[in-house]
Amino acid sequence: MEITNSPGGLTTEFFTFAENGGFNLLCGRSIGPVTLAYETYGTLNSEKNNAVLILHALSGDAHAAGCNDTTGKNPGWWDGYIGPGKPFDTDKYFFICSNVIGGCSGSTGPASINPETGKQWGMDFPIVTIEDMVRAQYHLVKYLGIEKLLAVAGGSMGGMQALQWSITFPEMINSCICIAASASLSAQGIAFNEVGRQAIINDPNWNHGNYYDSKFPGAGLSLARMIGHITYMSEKHMHERFGRNFQSDNMSKKNMDSEFSIESYLHYQGVKFVDRFDANSYIYITRAIDYFDLNDNGRGRLTEAFEKAKANFLIISFNTDWLYPTAEAKKVVQALRITGKNVNFNEIDTENGHDAFLLPNKTLEKNISSFLKNEFKKSTGK
Amino acid sequence: MKYQRIGYDLVINEIDKGSKVLDLGCGDGVLLEMLQDEKDVKGSGVEISEEGVTMCVEKGLYCYQGDIDEGLSDYLDNSFDFVIINQTIQNTKRPDHVIEEVLRIGRRVILSFPNFGYISTRFSLLLLGRMPVNRLLPYEWYESPNIHLLTIKDFRNMSKKFRFRIVREKGFCFTSGKKSRIRRLIPNLFSQYGFFVIEKIS
Repeated sequence: MEITNSPGGLTTEFFTFAENGGFNLLCGRSIGPVTLAYETYGTLNSEKNNAVLILHALSGDAHAAGCNDTTGKNPGWWDGYIGPGKPFDTDKYFFICSNVIGGCSGSTGPASINPETGKQWGMDFPIVTIEDMVRAQYHLVKYLGIEKLLAVAGGSMGGMQALQWSITFPEMINSCICIAASASLSAQGIAFNEVGRQAIINDPNWNHGNYYDSKFPGAGLSLARMIGHITYMSEKHMHERFGRNFQSDNMSKKNMDSEFSIESYLHYQGVKFVDRFDANSYIYITRAIDYFDLNDNGRGRLTEAFEKAKANFLIISFNTDWLYPTAEAKKVVQALRITGKNVNFNEIDTENGHDAFLLPNKTLEKNISSFLKNEFKKSTGK
Repeated sequence: MKYQRIGYDLVINEIDKGSKVLDLGCGDGVLLEMLQDEKDVKGSGVEISEEGVTMCVEKGLYCYQGDIDEGLSDYLDNSFDFVIINQTIQNTKRPDHVIEEVLRIGRRVILSFPNFGYISTRFSLLLLGRMPVNRLLPYEWYESPNIHLLTIKDFRNMSKKFRFRIVREKGFCFTSGKKSRIRRLIPNLFSQYGFFVIEKIS
């Protein structure tokens, strides 16, 4: 892939808070110190009103844009959308992307050292929620000297975080961009997450999460990732991209070793994932996604949950996304409409399924850039 | 898609300054934008097409992608000062349900629609024996989005059964880019379009 218009010269930075413990989690436990890995792109203006917090999905990290090594490779997970002249325009706005608590890309998570034991937390790590992730990000935003964010934006789990931000810190965000997400995950989604977790747990190397000094449960994590990838694609997209093609051209003999292109793709994704992701983190973060339910913020009612929200919303769904279907996004939109919030909702026609938010899409690009431009104009009078 | 600006001047004229407005079938959002500029309204729209919503977002409007036939029930009673259905009611599957819903959610409802009683339309059917295809109704019967055609008289007659009061009734003609021209003489015969402002009888 050729990388153009990417913010250059990037490094991942680390912010640590609650040095002596005391970051209270929703589960009732308290941890600290907590470190968040983060990257920033663009320039924070003197009024500090052009900051946008980018929120990543399950397998994402702080590296959202640009190439942060000298090789010019390894573009950020949302590099197509963040950069000079891109929908999230680094010439105009200042972007922050932080890795979530519970993650494994430089932030405090199950692979971090438990200060009390001097060993990795493993499954002793407290259970974290989407709200805990958001509360941790709050400390980072404050540390960066930002009183109010122009926007929070994310897709999938990132969209869940964006919605959570609007409820937990209504005064701190001007607008909320939520893509391919919902107020809670469907039973089907939970089912797929559970199969992924079981793949890890049943890997003999997993050893109840205590594998940091021995063999990594790579087979399990790889399988979990393969299952995940199936849910990110639409049937049509999968068919058109892979069809029934074989990986190698000279498939004269069919045998058990022969491989369809789709198999090869999934294997590749699985193996690639093992190199950069921690198996325990996968368990913790999928759990956070499963437990996420904004109805809980409103005593069982979504309208009550959004009552205090002050942000203006851009909600986007994709018509072929069966993991977070349009009908689920509409429930959020409905609650926002009933409570009188300013909300844009667009269901985008695409064949790319859930993954569409990561891929080039003219309508999505236009909606994001227009929304951001207008929200900046409205909030600053510029 | 090209959006015509039929009856915008008449609609804008009815809206009070600073009111809360919902535009059903808002298209590219030009009417809402004009209402914001001229009447300082707090407006939002519902639009069925992805392109329409995208154009609304571009203008800084708030717009919900949806089918009017499917979703108005989530709005609370009297959520809006005005609900606009400009050149859209004839496209809906159940105009009766839509009328009931808009009367519920809006204090006042502003409608305009192509008048099937218009003279040249009548001629086409009466003399040529064919469904009219003209500037007003520019589609062949098999491709027309206009699935519920009505006349000014038809709409007027709805008021009793659907328990609404007609605040204002006009017939008008429109040539694109120009102002609406009111037809006072036998409006149901000489008007291309019907225009109504209605409110529920409580």
